[in-house]
Amino acid sequence: MSNIFQQLINGLSLGSIYALMALGYTMVYGIIKLINFAHGEVYMIGAFLGYYFIQVHHLPFILALVLAMVISAFLGAVIEFLAYRPLRNSSRIAVLITAIGVSFLLQNVMIYFFGSNPRAFPQALTKKVFEFHGVQISSYQIVIIVTTVVLMLLLQFIVQKTKMGKAMRAVSVDADAARLMGINVDLTISFTFAIGSALAAAGGVLIGLYYNTINPMMGVTPGLKAFIAAVLGGIGIIPGAVIGGFSIGILETIVSALGFSLFKDAFVYAILILILLVKPSGLLGKNVKEKV
Amino acid sequence: MKLFNRINACWLALIIGSFALLAILIQAGIIDSLYEMTLVSIGINIILGLGLNLILGVSGQFSLGHAGFMAIGAYSLGISYSQDPTLKGFVIGILIGLVLSGIVAVLVGIPTLRLKGDYLAIATLGVAEIIRVAIVNMNITNGAAGLSGIPLFESIPMWQLVFLFVIITALVVVNYVRSGSGRATLAIRENEIAAESVGVNTTKYKVIAFVIGAMTASIAGALYASYYGTIVPDNFNFMKSVDILIIVVFGGMGSVTGTFVAGILLGILNTLLQDAGDLRMIIYSLALIIIMIFKPSGLLGSKEFLFSKIFTKKKAKNKKGESTDDTIRS
Repeated sequence: MSNIFQQLINGLSLGSIYALMALGYTMVYGIIKLINFAHGEVYMIGAFLGYYFIQVHHLPFILALVLAMVISAFLGAVIEFLAYRPLRNSSRIAVLITAIGVSFLLQNVMIYFFGSNPRAFPQALTKKVFEFHGVQISSYQIVIIVTTVVLMLLLQFIVQKTKMGKAMRAVSVDADAARLMGINVDLTISFTFAIGSALAAAGGVLIGLYYNTINPMMGVTPGLKAFIAAVLGGIGIIPGAVIGGFSIGILETIVSALGFSLFKDAFVYAILILILLVKPSGLLGKNVKEKV
Repeated sequence: MKLFNRINACWLALIIGSFALLAILIQAGIIDSLYEMTLVSIGINIILGLGLNLILGVSGQFSLGHAGFMAIGAYSLGISYSQDPTLKGFVIGILIGLVLSGIVAVLVGIPTLRLKGDYLAIATLGVAEIIRVAIVNMNITNGAAGLSGIPLFESIPMWQLVFLFVIITALVVVNYVRSGSGRATLAIRENEIAAESVGVNTTKYKVIAFVIGAMTASIAGALYASYYGTIVPDNFNFMKSVDILIIVVFGGMGSVTGTFVAGILLGILNTLLQDAGDLRMIIYSLALIIIMIFKPSGLLGSKEFLFSKIFTKKKAKNKKGESTDDTIRS
């Protein structure tokens, strides 16, 4: 029994990271229908920024986290402005290829300047392990889960209560109609990229702390899995991304705990295909019938 | 329409001409072993690109799992040819790859091709990853270490074999597009719901295109395994699928000529950048972004180079005002 709870806690902390990234995917997809393949690289850069602030400038963890998020938010908006905005009216596949290009570019720029070897993430917080009835939870896991919950509440507040959140929701329903109502669509899209990137960067810093190692290729696999999490929950739906992220994290931990850790990636994809076949619009998605 | 007409004769002349040109350049040593490697990899990439173009450009289905089918072909040949390094082993290896990838494509295609757009992309990406993980965890494929020491096919030089398969693949793809099934497939690309409503069995034609594409990928994989002699599961990861996708989109989706042009240009670019070391991938990705921003429809869009077009133009010039229904024949 305690073993199950132990895996659940491990799964929740891993799932938090996937959920943070999945939120970025789902918001961008909801607003401009783009699979932002560069999202995993923003997560990687977030981790490197966190590393830089803690290792070089000896900033406290929370401050480093916030700074990494702010700079990544700016980076996300810049990527959108330079690479995706000129393609606003092109085919979706051209934008997708550009996203893949941006992702390659960021990886290789980082490899060029920092080398491809993994480096150790500084131990910014003291690691304590608490134990309740045989279930262990480390202070890192608590930090990850608490930070994730706080950020999600903040996001919920921004999307539901602020003017910009209202604009985001309007653009995602119908960009042209929103423009007619006086909403600055380009600014709203930039803002969406900025928020998504900030969340990904937070995920990157937290995973650096958790696994204690970062490298320029670290964004690829979590990026794909977070995207799958977004699809699983119903892409474009914010609560769906959270549910999808936690489900993927927990499933992956359980598969590893059962001794199939070599197959865990295949398992995640198999679940995805099954879900898509049974409910193509994801767990929370509604099936929209297309008209001629 | 006769098989032996002026247009086909021109194509035949072009094929023989380019073959002879390559043979002379290699004989004369202008294409040395390093450039020959580029030549072979360009050929393999064109085969892969043509197959994916059939799925992506002709039937309009967004597949991101092409490398998975390449892996099936590569491992089938690797295992068969290592055990029986004769012509028989080679042919059996290719045939096993074709059959296996065909079966997998049918099994995967029938359910997943109901999905639309990005969902299909992510499902096919999942399939390719599952194939890769299966290869990593099997004994016969030697796990993550991969197969090494696959003998080189020596009956004819490798570049000639690749050339032959490029021609065969191009013929299969072009003839499929121009057949009745091909026209039905094109209709699905243009508007799936409209095609369905005039009685086109959409699932059938999407699966046919998917299976042909998967089989050509398996041939390319077999050639790859045989030429490089070493294969590891990581050769066939997501990045490889993206590489193939880039060839198709760069050349222009739906354009066979475009796939040839893009395969050759990207192959040459790759070789030229070989010395740039770590900068190579930065330049490559920057080039990709810039091309997509300034020419999002690819180099050739959906244009094709056709001899029939040249003739029609000439004829149209000679007899102005007369009907030129040659265009339909091509």
